[in-house]
Amino acid sequence: MITVALDRSADDVREYVDAARPTHPSLVDPEHRVADLYRIVNVPTGIWIDERGRIVRPNDAVFGTDTFVALHGIPSGPHLDALRAWVTEGKLPFATDDAVRAKQVLPTPEEQQARAHRALAWHLHQAGRRDAAERHFVRAGELAPHDFTIRRGSMPIRGQDPMGAEFADLYREWVAAGRPFYEPLDRP
Amino acid sequence: MPSVPFTILDETRPLTVTATVDGDAVRLAPPVLEAALGWSVKPEGLCRGAVCVPTRSRPDLVTAEGVDLAGAAALLGRPLALDVEAGAAALGASAAERARRLASLEAPDFTLADLDGRIHSLADHRGKKVLLLAYASW
Repeated sequence: MITVALDRSADDVREYVDAARPTHPSLVDPEHRVADLYRIVNVPTGIWIDERGRIVRPNDAVFGTDTFVALHGIPSGPHLDALRAWVTEGKLPFATDDAVRAKQVLPTPEEQQARAHRALAWHLHQAGRRDAAERHFVRAGELAPHDFTIRRGSMPIRGQDPMGAEFADLYREWVAAGRPFYEPLDRP
Repeated sequence: MPSVPFTILDETRPLTVTATVDGDAVRLAPPVLEAALGWSVKPEGLCRGAVCVPTRSRPDLVTAEGVDLAGAAALLGRPLALDVEAGAAALGASAAERARRLASLEAPDFTLADLDGRIHSLADHRGKKVLLLAYASW
């Protein structure tokens, strides 16, 4: 496993990682490069990559436990079972490459434009240009209103509580839009 | 027109160039544009390597003040976030390029630091099954 924290710095996740005592690489991605490369729009997102570096199971909301299943409605069991079968038996979730592709949601020009504004906002924030940064965080959110890595991920950077009022508004908006996320992989 | 230092983030890679501010446009002299981004102005149009896009439809793209950065990015299908007042711009990857790459099912390589500052790449794990898990404190 490789974990990638879409956070500002190692400090944001150090206590979680230290508690987990992982034997796998725990990486930090403040510039959201992995989010950009893989079209990641929320967390947690899991992607399976085989020994040849091929995507065999595309982006999906995957959880390691059922701690919050009442909130998000995604049980951890099916994915963990499938993962175990892949690791121990080589069992693939999709029979063909086209079946994998059918489950991919590919980025749009608006989403990429949003990511450019987010990248600029982060750079300006680090340069101390807070007002200019805010303009671009806002613009990024307008262009990709359902990208939580942009809208929720920017909240701590901008002094907002990612569990607070601004998040409650975002969540309501997302539910009203039909909860867009990834194509459900384990349901027909 | 004033020459100003300008920062361009080319897919997060920071570059500092000298640019000219022309109203709400930012222009780079052709040699500066080529050195920074590898985009060159030729009779065939605006070129990136061997691929050229005609510029006949954009008569204001290249003036004596230089090449309009936003216009050039748009012509090449690259998203650009520009802040003239802040003196910076971020150039991203086109949706077409990202989509093409993901649809190929070749997992894009990346290089990031871990919590101790050690550098890791996805390519380091070729030959093993990988679960790539993105998460966050938010």
